[in-house]
Amino acid sequence: MIVTILFFALALIAVSGAVSLIVQRHPIHSALSLIVVMVALAGLYLLLGAQFIAAVQVIVYAGAIMVLFVFVIMLLNAGAEERTNVSRMAAYIGLPLSVVLAAGLAWWTASGSQALSALSGDVTPTRSLSMMLFQEYAFPFELTSILVLIAILGALTLAKREGGAE
Amino acid sequence: MVPISYFVVLSALLFGLGVVGFLFRRNIITMFMSIELMLNAVNLAFVAFSRAFDQLQGQVFVFFVIVVAAAEAAVGLAIVILIARNRQTLNVERVNLLKL
Repeated sequence: MIVTILFFALALIAVSGAVSLIVQRHPIHSALSLIVVMVALAGLYLLLGAQFIAAVQVIVYAGAIMVLFVFVIMLLNAGAEERTNVSRMAAYIGLPLSVVLAAGLAWWTASGSQALSALSGDVTPTRSLSMMLFQEYAFPFELTSILVLIAILGALTLAKREGGAE
Repeated sequence: MVPISYFVVLSALLFGLGVVGFLFRRNIITMFMSIELMLNAVNLAFVAFSRAFDQLQGQVFVFFVIVVAAAEAAVGLAIVILIARNRQTLNVERVNLLKL
């Protein structure tokens, strides 16, 4: 029972944070709304028994990535967004696709989703997760280090002031 | 107890809100944050299905998605800084040199 209440509370926080992210006109308010969404999602991961993912979500997403966002917003001194007319692509493609998504969701929940099991109380041990990560997925894990290295170099090269080397 | 479909529906809702934000907002930083929201929604679906089928692969994939998102945020924000420096605006409507 308490799990159900917690789920609906966290889901409400997440969805209202996401709506706030879209509605706010100032980027810093959007960034703070996104942090709310991420913390609520971390709580949902705990409900699903994935403590490691919940911790990583708070540390990496809410901590590192969002600090980067807030830092860039501060650095660029981004003001409130100016109002322009809504693009035609949004009206002609986005709205029909949203309707399709909502209809698909309604259909999917109405039919056969009960086949999936309900949540029990046990949790995923971080030990077995790390065993899988470093044995079965050791090679992809090593590849991500190259990816991060390339990302660092790319960010450095892109954000470098011009006129130094060239 | 909460059926797993609730989590999937919440994930789809968040993904849809991310798509709406990406399509309707014109500030490049907010559009970027909408992409992050979509990545988070997909992560939630991954964890929910990992739980539903009692398999750990879903959580491992979430781990990789978070790493890729961090790399993407670093490079993407560098591009945002570059655009802001070269064009003095964050509005994507004004970054239209390639438009006919």
